[in-house]
Amino acid sequence: MTAENNKIYLYPLWLRIWHGINAIGIILLILTGIRLQYSELSVMPVDFSLAVKLHNIFGIIVTVNYFIFFVGNLVTPNKKYYKIKPKGLVKRLTKQVNYYISGLFKGEESPFPISEKRKFNPLQKYAYIFVMYVFVPVAIVTGIALLFPELIIEKVYSVSGVFLTAVLHGSIGFLISIFLLIHLYVASIGKNPLDNFRSIINGYHDVHPPKKDKTTK
Amino acid sequence: MSTFLRSILLIAFLSVGNLSNGQDKEMPAENSHCLNCHANHTYSFFNEWLEVETRRMMNPFYVLDSVNYVAGVHGGFSCTDCHSPDYETYPHNAELKLEPLATCIDCHGGDDTYADYQFDKIEEEFQKSIHFQKSGESFTCSKCHDQHYYRATARTSSAVSEIVSYNNNMCLSCHDNALRFETISSEESPKLSQVHDWLPNQELHFDMVRCIECHTVVVDSLMVSHNILPKEEALRNCNDCHSSNSMLKASLYKYENLQARSADGKLGALITNEAYIIGANQNPLLKLLSFIIFGLAVLGIAIHWIFRIVKKSK
Repeated sequence: MTAENNKIYLYPLWLRIWHGINAIGIILLILTGIRLQYSELSVMPVDFSLAVKLHNIFGIIVTVNYFIFFVGNLVTPNKKYYKIKPKGLVKRLTKQVNYYISGLFKGEESPFPISEKRKFNPLQKYAYIFVMYVFVPVAIVTGIALLFPELIIEKVYSVSGVFLTAVLHGSIGFLISIFLLIHLYVASIGKNPLDNFRSIINGYHDVHPPKKDKTTK
Repeated sequence: MSTFLRSILLIAFLSVGNLSNGQDKEMPAENSHCLNCHANHTYSFFNEWLEVETRRMMNPFYVLDSVNYVAGVHGGFSCTDCHSPDYETYPHNAELKLEPLATCIDCHGGDDTYADYQFDKIEEEFQKSIHFQKSGESFTCSKCHDQHYYRATARTSSAVSEIVSYNNNMCLSCHDNALRFETISSEESPKLSQVHDWLPNQELHFDMVRCIECHTVVVDSLMVSHNILPKEEALRNCNDCHSSNSMLKASLYKYENLQARSADGKLGALITNEAYIIGANQNPLLKLLSFIIFGLAVLGIAIHWIFRIVKKSK
């Protein structure tokens, strides 16, 4: 990673490609998913069978793409940002939450500013770990199961296995969509609302020195 | 094996079949005379011309499955309740093949015992169907409802898959059987998988949905619509079933025996549902919960955003 002109290179190319594909894929999966689950809401003006096809295709794309993320985080230095450190976790999370709900409005500095060593604040880090290593894998596994329903256990006691899988898939999909909503909003918190969106496209993050930050604007 | 021994075995076999079916019906004793031959793949008789005991293969179309017979709705009937008593002698008179057999409405028309089945209304609906329009009177009820074995599965079974496969097999007995199809139509039987290739997850649909769900006009006052539509008018709109007001609720899921399984409140529908239908199995609790969570997330973001704008403008 290089730091030049107050810019640090945070998002390597492979990560940006993965993120781009994932972003488009997840958005389309959410839209087609709502279209399938709530046909009466007419969320997407597409035919049911086309929505099924699109949901299947993007499900497969996001699944294959997930392996780029998974392997990338195994073999590149990017893995260090996802290391779980339980010691003092609650304290760090509380600090970040307090910043978002009060400190931010009092003009306080971010308690965990972005640096080459720390790409994510604690809240962000554990949200990402949870979404990427729990929610998305569960959505992928249940999605594959629904694509091949013959793989699913027929009955769990008196309940249909397909039904349980579908409820789990839908619920996880819903939670991912809530994550996306918050993710997009939090990304807009910065010097300029578009800064973070620009960063995930060009890879560079603008570093604003704390003092200077207050005087600008 | 002597005729006597075979009769004993037959009766023993029938009683075992009867017990295992848990039916209160029993094969009428007088039927054993016919079943001596017609429940077997071979039969023997004394050929008076040649004066020898002769054993022959039974025409497979005339072999009766006695276990299924007893389990069927007419399982307690004597053969001669419907067939001519002249069949009791062998060789049977060839003309007997031409005897007119009773149709459902001949016995059940205006029948108060089975008023619930609405036979007269069924007949009325059937006469509007493509089957009647194309084949007229020669398309009898028995083309689909075999009088020997028919069971009212939709009214008795609580398993959707059993109802579906039993019902679809009635359609498939001709539509997936070139020989039987030929007895009704001179056209070539279309390949079902090809004509339904527009349908996503075809196999799953065939296993879980009855053909009549899309191929009939659903009538509220009838359990099973008998107005089979011409293929051009069959339902092709996914949303009609895959929505909260799914058409299946007015057809397949209108049966009390199926509704009873999910009658124990809103959670019951979630727990006991056997078939999952995308878009139709909306659980009211989960739906409400998801709307609340989504609403709170949007509200939280909106409030936070307003505070940010206020802070920025200061």
